[in-house]
Parts: sequence; structure tokens; C-alpha cells
Amino acid sequence: MSVMTMTTGNRTRVVSKGRMIGMGVTFVILGLLIFAFFLPGTTVAQKTEFGLNTFTRVEVISLPPLILPTQMAIIAAGLICLGLGAYQLVRGFGRATEVMLGLVVLMFVIAFLTWAARDNAFNLTGILKTTLLLATPIALGGFSGVLSERAGVVNIAIEGMMLSSAFMSTLVGSVTGNLYLGLLGGISIGVLMAALHGLLSVKYKVDQIISGVVINILAVGLTSYLASRFLEKYQELNNPGTFQPIAIPLLSRIPIIGPVLFENNLIVYLLFGLMFAIHFMLFYTRWGLRTRAVGEHPKAADTLGINVFNMRYINVLLSGAVAGVGGAYFTIGSVGRFDEVMTAGKGYIGLAAMIFGKWTPFGAFGASLIFGFADSLQTKLQILNVPIPSEFLLMAPYLATIIAVAGVIGRATPPAADGIPYEK
Amino acid sequence: MAGSLGEALLLPLLAIITALIVGAIFIALTDPVVLAALGNFFNAPLAAVAAIGNSVVTAYVSLFRSSFGDPVRMVNALVSGDPNRLRLAFWPLSESLVASTPYIFAGLAVAFGFRCGLFNIGAEGQLFIGAICAVWIGYSIGLPWIFHLPLALLGAMVGAGLWGAVPGFLKAKTGAHEVITTIMMNYMAYRLADWLLHGPMMRPGYNPISPDILPSAYLPKFFADPIRFHAGFFLALFMAWVVYWLLFKSTLGFEIRTVGANPSAAKYAGMNITKNFVLAMGISGALAGMAGANEVLGLNHNLASAFSSGYGFDSIALALLGKSHPAGVVLAALLFGFLRSGATGMQSYAGIPIDIISIIQALVIIFVAAPAIVRSIYRIRIRREAGGEVFTRGWGG
Repeated sequence: MSVMTMTTGNRTRVVSKGRMIGMGVTFVILGLLIFAFFLPGTTVAQKTEFGLNTFTRVEVISLPPLILPTQMAIIAAGLICLGLGAYQLVRGFGRATEVMLGLVVLMFVIAFLTWAARDNAFNLTGILKTTLLLATPIALGGFSGVLSERAGVVNIAIEGMMLSSAFMSTLVGSVTGNLYLGLLGGISIGVLMAALHGLLSVKYKVDQIISGVVINILAVGLTSYLASRFLEKYQELNNPGTFQPIAIPLLSRIPIIGPVLFENNLIVYLLFGLMFAIHFMLFYTRWGLRTRAVGEHPKAADTLGINVFNMRYINVLLSGAVAGVGGAYFTIGSVGRFDEVMTAGKGYIGLAAMIFGKWTPFGAFGASLIFGFADSLQTKLQILNVPIPSEFLLMAPYLATIIAVAGVIGRATPPAADGIPYEK
Repeated sequence: MAGSLGEALLLPLLAIITALIVGAIFIALTDPVVLAALGNFFNAPLAAVAAIGNSVVTAYVSLFRSSFGDPVRMVNALVSGDPNRLRLAFWPLSESLVASTPYIFAGLAVAFGFRCGLFNIGAEGQLFIGAICAVWIGYSIGLPWIFHLPLALLGAMVGAGLWGAVPGFLKAKTGAHEVITTIMMNYMAYRLADWLLHGPMMRPGYNPISPDILPSAYLPKFFADPIRFHAGFFLALFMAWVVYWLLFKSTLGFEIRTVGANPSAAKYAGMNITKNFVLAMGISGALAGMAGANEVLGLNHNLASAFSSGYGFDSIALALLGKSHPAGVVLAALLFGFLRSGATGMQSYAGIPIDIISIIQALVIIFVAAPAIVRSIYRIRIRREAGGEVFTRGWGG
């Protein structure tokens, strides 16, 4: 297999010919699928209406709905996929390949929506908004994973950390009547769980996956036990209220983007803040360089005087704090009450988003949007009466994760020392 | 050998005891009566101590009574010889064995994967697939008992085995980590079951429940109601023997263990890594599938969308506690089965939420996985570090 090496930014990346062709074939297949599945059954006269207003209070400019001729739009989307696939096969997009993959997937989704909502109306801005909200805990889980795995500690305990935080933020929020203290309580319990993970996996060198599984079981047990012992009896302990959306002046007035991005509650803004902060810290600070060194080659880092154990502890604790923010979203960030096992696997999906996003904050956020989109779409599709069982649609992100992990589209390479306890 | 056996049993036993003690402290500290008494500690210190003792004793006595049964009642029933009284007196014991059965299957499944260096978190999903296959064969085909029951079991094994083999194949061919792929496949299995129970497999009516299976596919029961004890328990013990034989007496087992201990050495010795990964995960999946089949063929006789067991996740703890040895897994499964059915009694008699069991389980795993903690508590020195399994680490394989 011939290999060409290219330098992107600060590191060297290898793009193999086989992967280039694999991508090209994927583009073409998606294009052909559009023609095979969405084109039949549409007529020239059909129209698809996309609503662009969310009807929230900040919206002053009311946009007319976007009306597309169904058949034309589907053909156009299919042709774009085929064209991009052909170019990829003949010339290759090189480093732009991933962007192009995103574009092709977008075209596929557009074709799908246009087909699903033919002769009907579909609120586009509304679905973008719910996508972001559903993606928030997943993305925060992903960031939590990025922090610990970049330092070489596999963290499948995110689920448990988020669950305990969801519980604790409700409890503290209800008792003190202060949501900020509730959030702080959630973060603290996340850090505490992370400390246990660090102790077991860094100090006692327990297999990191076992340690993670234990924390998840422990979190389910503790929260469910305490919830049925106290929260069910004393309802006032489970009534913290929720963070209200804050509209950012001016920015929230922008059509479409405004209501989606700039009229959210504190935790969603924290998500964006953390995304940029973690990216900056990982790639542009001394701490980040050390973190990555410890995750890639702890021995070398140790030789240069970096305290591997300390770096790992710090990162695992930070990871717990971020998972704590994500856990708080489930209760004081959205529904305002705790229910048993309410995280329902979102922590695991956050981990998948991290892998999908190649251990980067932006990547993890992008991947979580895909999961959030599939989630929000399934409720909408039931309304539209699409002949696809919603269960299959819900399966799609999991399947996509397996494909991503298997490296069929874009190999995901973890930090080299990820999961290996360091022995001095 | 007696010394090494004692050593092998000492740490798990201490781990269980320590977990039960920590559990007791936790129960006492979350008991409203105890909390009230503690608030009044300086006025009536003895009352507070009594409240703590009372709380813990009530909890563990009811745990014992609902897992083993009330000894007095059992003796009286034996003396009277009245079958009805016998059934009622031995009902808790039977329920514990019924709860242990799926644990044995699922624990064996995870242990088998561990032996090949594979971490099968997918037992829960494979259990679902097994249950789906068993129930489908159970209600859709009419056959004599002698063919129907084996066919339903075989169907569950094949279906869940194929489902389980996929992560093994992906791991061998692409390096995709089985932890992530099996977690993802768990969710896919839930969705698949959801879809089937709301669509193709839904019984007439509005409830997402499959039709009842035909009596010819039932795992036979030995006693009249309310005793639910059925042949699944003996099947599970038989499978434990089969797994023991496979792992330690067959060439396949030798290869699987070699691959698990050191994949590079196995490859160098000419062993086919892909074949062993696929087989190990396939067999693991088949065993987990039998846990699902056991539940639908032996107990429920149908599949409901609320069918969620948690057996698949608990089985990770079992395999660790049993040191991935079939005999150890059976013992651990009995322990968990008795705890689980005892916890139901704790909930109804002592008002302690059933989730205390998850806490105790988590503590047991912590103490088993980090023996250093237990050793430092009891100040014991062990000659040799008890050998754990070496898992393939990291996500990339």
C-alpha cells in the first residue's frame, strides 16, 4: 500500500491510498442510495416546506419558510455526492477529505429530510435547537473522555460520574435553593468519583476498564438507593428548578443561528466555553503538551522530568469535573428532577463521540451533534409518518460508531499509551 | 494444593465480608430511624447504638430469610411433611436458585471472553438476542417437546453467538476495541427488541409483548406453584462443566488461553488470532444468549419490552469474582443469586431499597480487583500476587 505523508498544522498525518479509495466509494454509495431510496415515489409537482422560525420570545424577524421542489432537491443532493465521490476517486481531496465526508453526509440528510417531509412542512430551526440540547450531555461526556484519555487513562466511568452528578446537583440545588450551588455539588461528586477512578487505576493499577465498570455500577447503586430512600419520600428534595435560557443581546436576534445558539441556559454556554478552553489548553499550553506526552509516551515524559502520576491524577479529576457539568444538565439543566438511571447510557455515547471525534474537543462536539440529531429526528419522524421504524433510525448512530471505530471511514487512533498503567 | 486453594479463596471471601460490612454501615447511616437517634446521640447514646444494631440486624436477617428461608419454618415443614407447607418454606431457596441460573450462564460468558483477553461488555445485548431467538422459535413452531426445547436453546445460542462474534471479528481484523463495539451493539439489541415487540413479534392487542411460547418449549419444572425452580439450573451447571472442559481439556481452549495470555506469542506459534477472537466471542455470546433463553423458556414464557435484566452487566463482576474459572463463576453466581433474591425480601420486610445490592457488588469488585486494599485492611501478606487476567489495553487493540 503506497503511503503519502502530509504535514497538517503541527503534526504529521498519514493518508493511505486504500483509505482514499474507501472514502470515494463511500461517497458514491451514499449518492446512489439517495437515488435508489428517496427519488422513487416523488413527483415533479411535490414541494417540501422547511420552517425557519422557532417561535421563541427573542425572534423579531419572522422568516418565510424555505420551500424546495422535492424531486429537484433530491436529484441535486445525489449528484453532489456522486461528483464529490468521483473527484475523490480520481484526484483525492487530501486533507479536505473529512470536510468532504461531512458535506456528503449533510447532502444525504438533506435528501432524506426533503423526502420524508414531501407534501408537508418540517421545522428546520426547531430540530437544530433540539439537536443541540440533546447533544449537550453527550458532548460534555466526550470532553470528559478527551481530558482523561489524552493523559492515558481510559475513562468508561463517565456514565457513572454523570449519573452521580445528576443526583447530587438535584439534591444540593433543592436543599440550598441555589442552582449554582447545585451545579457545584454535581461537579464535586464528579471529581470525587474521578478520584476513586484515579486511585484504583493510577495507584492500585487496576485495569482501567474494570475500574470504570465498578464506578458505573456503584453510581447506579448509590443514586438509586438514595433516591428511593430519600427523594421519593421527601419530594421537596427533588425539586431544584432549572437554569433558564439566557438570550445574549444582539446575537440572539440573528435569524436561525440566534435562537439555536444564543438563547440557551448556562450549561449549554459552558459547553461552548469548555470546548474552546480544552482545545486551547490541550494544543497551545505547556500543560497540554505535557498531558499529551504522558498519554503518548509516559516513559519519555518521565525521563524529561514530568511527573506522570500527577499529570494523570490531575487530568482524571478534571475529567470528572467536566462529566459533573454534563451530569448536572440532566437535572438542573433540563427536566428539573432526578429519576433513577436517567443518564440512560449517554455517558457511553459520549465516549463513542470522543472516539468518533478522534480525541479532540471539536471532533467530539461534532460527533455528539450527529447523535443528538438522530435522537431529535426520531420523534419528528413519527409525526411525519415515515415508513422507517424509528428504532432503526435510533440504531444508526451506534452503527456509525462501530464503523468509525473499525476504521472503515477514517481510522481513529487513540493516544499511544491510552489504558496502560504507568510503572516507574 | 490445599494451601493454594485456600489462598485463592481467602481474598474473595475477605472481599465479600468487607463489602457486606461496608454495606451494613451504609444501611445504618441512611436509615431515618438511626439518623434520628444519632441526632439525639448526646442525650441517649445507648439508644443510638441500639438503633444502629437494630437497623443492621433487621436488614441482614431479612436478607437471610428471603434468600435461604426461615430455618424454623423449614424444619417444621419437614416434620409435618405437608407438601403445601414444604413448598412455602423452601420457596425462598428455590427463588435464589432461580435467580442464580442466568447469572451462571452470563458469568461463564464474560469469563470465557476474559480467558481470551477479551472484555465482553455485550453480554446484556447478547442476552436479549438469545431471548428473542428462543421466544420466536418457542411460539412460531409446533414440535414435540424432545425437539422443540433443544431447538429453541440452540436457536438462542446460534443467534447470540453470531451477534457476539461480530465484535471479535472486528477486533481481529480492524483493531476496533470490543468494549466500544459491544456497548454499541447492546443499544442496537435493545432497539431491535423494541422494534420486534412493537411490530413483527407483537401479540394481538396493544401491549408490546410477544405471544406466549408453546408448552413444548418450556424448560421443565419439578414442583407445583409457587416453586419456580426449573431445569435451567442443571443446564447451567452442565454448561459450566462444558466450559471447564473446553477451556482446560481441549485444544481450542489451550489456543484461546494462549491468545489471551500473549497474542504475539500465540501468533508466533502459528495460532490464528482472528479465528480465536471470533470463536471466543462467539462462544461467549452463545453462553450469554442461553441466559436470555433460560429466562424466557424457564420463567416468563414470553418476551416483554420491559424485559431488562441487568444480568449481563452484573456478570462482569461475577467473572472477576470467580477469577474467570467456571467453578469460581458458579460459586459467585450462587452468591449473587442469593443476594438478589434476598434483597427483594430486604426491600419488602426491612424497607431497604433493592439497589443496596449494586453497591455491595461494586464494593466486592473493588476489593477483588485491588487486592492491595483488602490486604492492607487485614494486614495479610500473600506469597504470590493472585494472577489476574491481562486484558488488551487501550482502544486501538
